[in-house]
Amino acid sequence: MADLKKEIEDSLQQYKEAEYQELIQQLRPKPPVVKNALAAFAVGGFICAFAQAINNVIIQTGLPQKEAGTVVVIIMIFLGALLTGLGVYDNIGKFSGAGSIIPITGFANAIVSSAMEWKREGYLFGVAAKMFTIAGPVLVYGILSSVVIGIVYYFLK
Amino acid sequence: MKKIGQQTLVFSNTPAVVSAAAIVGPKEGQGPLKINFDLILKDNLFGEKSWEKAECKMLQEAVNRAVDKTDLDLDGIDFLLAGDLLNQTISANFAARQLAIPFLGLYGACSTFAESLILASVLVDGGYATHVMTAVSSHHDTAERQFRFPTELGNQRSPSAQWTVTGAGAALIGPKQEGPCITYATIGKVIDLGIKDSNDMGSAMAPAAADTLAIHLKDTSRSIDDYDLILTGDLGSLGKFLMEHLSERQGCRLGDKYSDCGILIYDSSQDTHAGGSGCACAAVVTCGYVLESLRLKKYNKVLIIGTGALLSPTSMQQGESIPGIAHAVSLENINS
Repeated sequence: MADLKKEIEDSLQQYKEAEYQELIQQLRPKPPVVKNALAAFAVGGFICAFAQAINNVIIQTGLPQKEAGTVVVIIMIFLGALLTGLGVYDNIGKFSGAGSIIPITGFANAIVSSAMEWKREGYLFGVAAKMFTIAGPVLVYGILSSVVIGIVYYFLK
Repeated sequence: MKKIGQQTLVFSNTPAVVSAAAIVGPKEGQGPLKINFDLILKDNLFGEKSWEKAECKMLQEAVNRAVDKTDLDLDGIDFLLAGDLLNQTISANFAARQLAIPFLGLYGACSTFAESLILASVLVDGGYATHVMTAVSSHHDTAERQFRFPTELGNQRSPSAQWTVTGAGAALIGPKQEGPCITYATIGKVIDLGIKDSNDMGSAMAPAAADTLAIHLKDTSRSIDDYDLILTGDLGSLGKFLMEHLSERQGCRLGDKYSDCGILIYDSSQDTHAGGSGCACAAVVTCGYVLESLRLKKYNKVLIIGTGALLSPTSMQQGESIPGIAHAVSLENINS
């Protein structure tokens, strides 16, 4: 009898939850997808075009393509970190979403914003430990997948 | 018996709100209710080294200002009931350390203000105390870093996300006197309809608010028409919609008399998305706007329904849904 009662209560709760979800779906405000996509395209595109322009200038100075790429990455990370420190990057991110998260400047923002946030908890268990709270997963799975692909490449070669 | 119906307390000695104070941050100070606040901070740090310290100082300052408005001093307050949103309610604990009033720390997420009003009324009505101070605080930046992301992270907030109010409210509950008194309170049940989106607290709390309101009206044999204003704590725009729908299904049309503190505190140009949230949301709107309106007799009966989302960052990461709670407090002008 107790089992039956519990079963009825559970299914009633499930029904209520499903009904409520349906109501929320009707009323929930929709994110402005088209505007967000255009903003992401424009800002993301600008960041990449800007990096390409730096790349071209550096190659003009005579540095080989490979080294020039490394210098560009260093410059872009610096700019991302600087704009985060100046309190500008979060406003860019608010406007452009993925457009400023995906480029390497977004990665710099994730690390620097975390480091800044936990400075008051000290340099050891604050800044150093919490620096990777957002960026950590990217590093872990980035390195893991590069190892997996490396092993696949070794056997297919 | 001082309890009627299922969940409602009757305060036959009608404890009064003797004085109240509301302190807010700069963003709230630009909102439509700015003239009702006692102090508007110039920045979110309030002269302190960390946001947590600033939040604690706000709570302390709100208590001091509420006491200053009376003939009492801090020694004349029997108990302090206070809470906030931070882990282990540090803002309230640390403020109580400075204030040195016998202290009970409370946690009901954003419903803490309603919870503290109810318990203070119980103490005063029951004759256990003559003056009980209630106070709560919340801070946008301390809440962001505890529940969400670093403040400088360049992410987009969802349209249903709410903005934690920076502020603190304090209300001193004392013996019956002319003016705003507390007559009834309905203690809510925890209700969970399976919402798992931490960017959508309004949806998580609306079922609890609708349930508490329905039970309050049933227990007190009152109707919506008995109130001049019904305010939920921080459901925001989506939560308010849901509250109206859920109440209508139970045969209760809320209409124009109903609003939400989270919607009142900001205007739409302030880009807060669904509206305000946090312990301070209901507290500063009540201690500022509502009590002032009662004193001016703009309203005579107001029902405050404090709403809380009882989640933690750990429960969210483990995939738990968000339980909601709501407590109702009836504030009425009494002519002695």
